[in-house]
Amino acid sequence: MAVVTYRDALNQALREEMQRDPDVFLMGEEVGVYQGAYKVSRGLLDEFGPLRVVDTPITELGFAGVGVGAAMVGLRPVIEFMTWNFALLAIDQLVNSAAKMRYMSGGQVGVPAVFRGPGGAALQLAAQHSQAFESYYAHVPGLKVVMPATPADAKGLLKSAIRSDDPIVFIEGEMLYNTKGEIPEGEHVVPLGRADVKRSGGDVTIVCHSKTVSIALKAAEELADEGVEAEVVDLRTIRPLDAETVLSSVARTHRCVVAEEGWPFAGVGAQVVDTIQREIFDDLDAPVLRVTGADVPMPYNKHLERAAKVDSAKIVSAANQVLYRGRDA
Amino acid sequence: MATTAAARPRPRGGLDPGLADKYRDWLRQMLLIRRFEEKAGEAYSLGKIGGFCHLYIGQEAVAVGSLAALGDDDYITCSYREHGHALARGISPQTVMAELFGKAAGCSKGKGGSMHLFDASLGFLGGHAIVGAHIPLATGMAFAAKYRDTSQVAVCYFGEAAVNNGAFHEALNMAALWKLPAIYICENNRYGMGTALERASAIYDISERASSYDMANEVVDGQDVLIMHAAMERAVQRARTAKIPTLLEVRTYRFMGHSMSDPIHGHYRTKEEVEGQRKRDPIALWSQRLIAEGLMDEAAIKALDKEIIREVEEAYQFAEEAPDPEPEELYRDVYAEDGGGRGTADTGS
Repeated sequence: MAVVTYRDALNQALREEMQRDPDVFLMGEEVGVYQGAYKVSRGLLDEFGPLRVVDTPITELGFAGVGVGAAMVGLRPVIEFMTWNFALLAIDQLVNSAAKMRYMSGGQVGVPAVFRGPGGAALQLAAQHSQAFESYYAHVPGLKVVMPATPADAKGLLKSAIRSDDPIVFIEGEMLYNTKGEIPEGEHVVPLGRADVKRSGGDVTIVCHSKTVSIALKAAEELADEGVEAEVVDLRTIRPLDAETVLSSVARTHRCVVAEEGWPFAGVGAQVVDTIQREIFDDLDAPVLRVTGADVPMPYNKHLERAAKVDSAKIVSAANQVLYRGRDA
Repeated sequence: MATTAAARPRPRGGLDPGLADKYRDWLRQMLLIRRFEEKAGEAYSLGKIGGFCHLYIGQEAVAVGSLAALGDDDYITCSYREHGHALARGISPQTVMAELFGKAAGCSKGKGGSMHLFDASLGFLGGHAIVGAHIPLATGMAFAAKYRDTSQVAVCYFGEAAVNNGAFHEALNMAALWKLPAIYICENNRYGMGTALERASAIYDISERASSYDMANEVVDGQDVLIMHAAMERAVQRARTAKIPTLLEVRTYRFMGHSMSDPIHGHYRTKEEVEGQRKRDPIALWSQRLIAEGLMDEAAIKALDKEIIREVEEAYQFAEEAPDPEPEELYRDVYAEDGGGRGTADTGS
C-alpha cells in the first residue's frame, strides 16, 4: 500500500481513467498550463494534450453547460470548479440541464459528466469562499453527490464517478488535499452509494462525511478516553444515501449524532435524521442530535471562524448528550 | 472574419429546376408545421394539452430552411418554441402530438411535454425551457465534434431575448475561442414574451454581437425559406470545412401570442403591426414563388394542404387514443440504472 495525498489520489484517478477511456477529458479554470489551482491536475496537460485538458475562461455557467452538452453526445467530461462557491454560477446547468435530461427526454439522453472541485471552508477565506453546498445538490433527483474523506476513497470514488452514466457532483475537501493515506496498489474502485464504517464502536454512532470524518474520528478518540466507544460512519456518497449502513449501526448503538460542515437548515443531517426516526424509531434511546456549522455567513476573524465550525469538542458534547452523560456535570 | 448581410449577394433570381422536389418539400414542411400548430392550439383550448404551449406560427421558414441544410448526424438543440423544428427534423407528427398530449407514445414518452421534445436518433437533443441555458449545451456538442474529429455541426436555436443572457456570451466566446463547428441561430421575432427587442437590448442588430467574439455572422430574412436555406448552407460550410462558428440573426415574427395564454396582440404590440407582418407570411411567400416559377400551381398547393390537414388530423387522433404512461414510469429514467421503483429519498408515505 502506497501512502499518497488526497490531491495525488485524485490525480491518479484522473490519469488512470483518461488512459483507460479516450472519451474522458478534463475541463475547467487553470486545469492545464497552471496545473490546477490545487494541483489536482498536475502533469495531465503534458500527458494528454490541450484537447483533453482544457483551460477555460472564467465562465462557470458556460463551461458547465459545455460539459453537459458534450456528455449528452457521449463524451465523459470531468468539469472542475475551482471551488464549489463559484459553481453557484453554474447551478442552473447542474439542476436544470444535467439532472433533468434523462428524465425529460424519456430516457433517451443521459449526462455522464462529473462536476468536481473543493467545497467547505478552508481557513479565513470569509463568507463567499467558505460554504458547504452538498445539501443543495443532494436535494435534486437525477444528481448523485459524492464526498470522499480519505485519499483511498478519493481515488476509488472518482473512478466510479467517471464511469457512472449519471451526472455526479463530486465535492472534495479544500482542507483535505494535503492529507495522506494508504491507497491499495493497482486498480482501486470504490462503488458509489456505500457508506463506510471508519471506526467501530457500540455506544454511539457518529454519521459524518468529507472533512467532518477526521473530526469525528478525533472526537471518537476523545470519547474513548472517557470510556465511550463511538462508531464513525462515513457516508461517502450523500445521494443516494446508504441508509442501510447508517440504520444497522444506529440499531446497534441506539444513539446517534450527525455531523456536517454545512448550515443546519435543511442540511444533509436533516435527511439522515428523518431516515433514522422513520425506520428505526423504536431502537432509539435518545433523540438524534445534529452538529453543524453555525447558522451564519462565515466570519473572517479566526476566533469567530473557529466558533462557527464543527470541531471535535462539539461532537463529543453532542455524543455525551445523546448518552445522557455529564449533563449535570 | 465578420461578414454582413449587405456584403453578401442574396440568392435572388432563378430557382434551380433540379431541386424542384426539394422546394416543394419545403412548402410541405412549412404547411405541416402551420397546420400542426393550429391543431395544437385547438387541442390546448380543449384542455387536451397542458402546461405551456408556444406556437411557431409565422416562423416556419426558419426551421425548415435551416434544418434542410443539415446532415443526418448533426446535433440540434432548441428553445421551448420547438414544435416546428421537431417536425422539420423529421420527428413524426403523431409522436410530437402525442408528446404534447403527455402520452406514452410521445417522442419523450410523455415526460417532457411541449417544451422538451427529443429524438436522439435524429440528433434532436431537446427543447429546453430556461432561456439561453441550452446555448452552452450546443457549444459542448460542437466541442465533442471537434474532440472526435468528425464533420458534424451543432446547431442551436434561441430567441432574441436570450442574447442578453450570460449563457449566450459565455457559449459564443468559447465556440469562437476554440474554433468549434457551431451554428447559433437567433430567431429574432422582435419580442421576448412582451418585451420588445429595443426595450431589452442596447444593440439593435443582434448580429453585431458576434463581433465581440470575432465570429462570422449574417442577418437573414427568416420569412424567405430560400434565403434562410442559403445562409444556413454558408454557415454549415464554414462549420464543416473551416471549423468555425457562425451567428445567424434571423429576422422573423411570431403571428401568435407568446404562449397560449397570451392574445395575438397584447399590450405590447398593435393589431396593425401584426397584420403588417402577416403580409410576409413565409408560406404565402413561398407558395407564390413556386407558382411564379412554375413549380406548382394553386390547385396542387390546395391538394397538398388538404393532405397535410388529414395527416395532422391523424396525428391528433393518434395522440387522443394513445395510452397514458404506465404509473411505473414515474420513477423511471431518473438515473441510468432505474427500472422503476421508489426514488431514493422517497418516504413511501
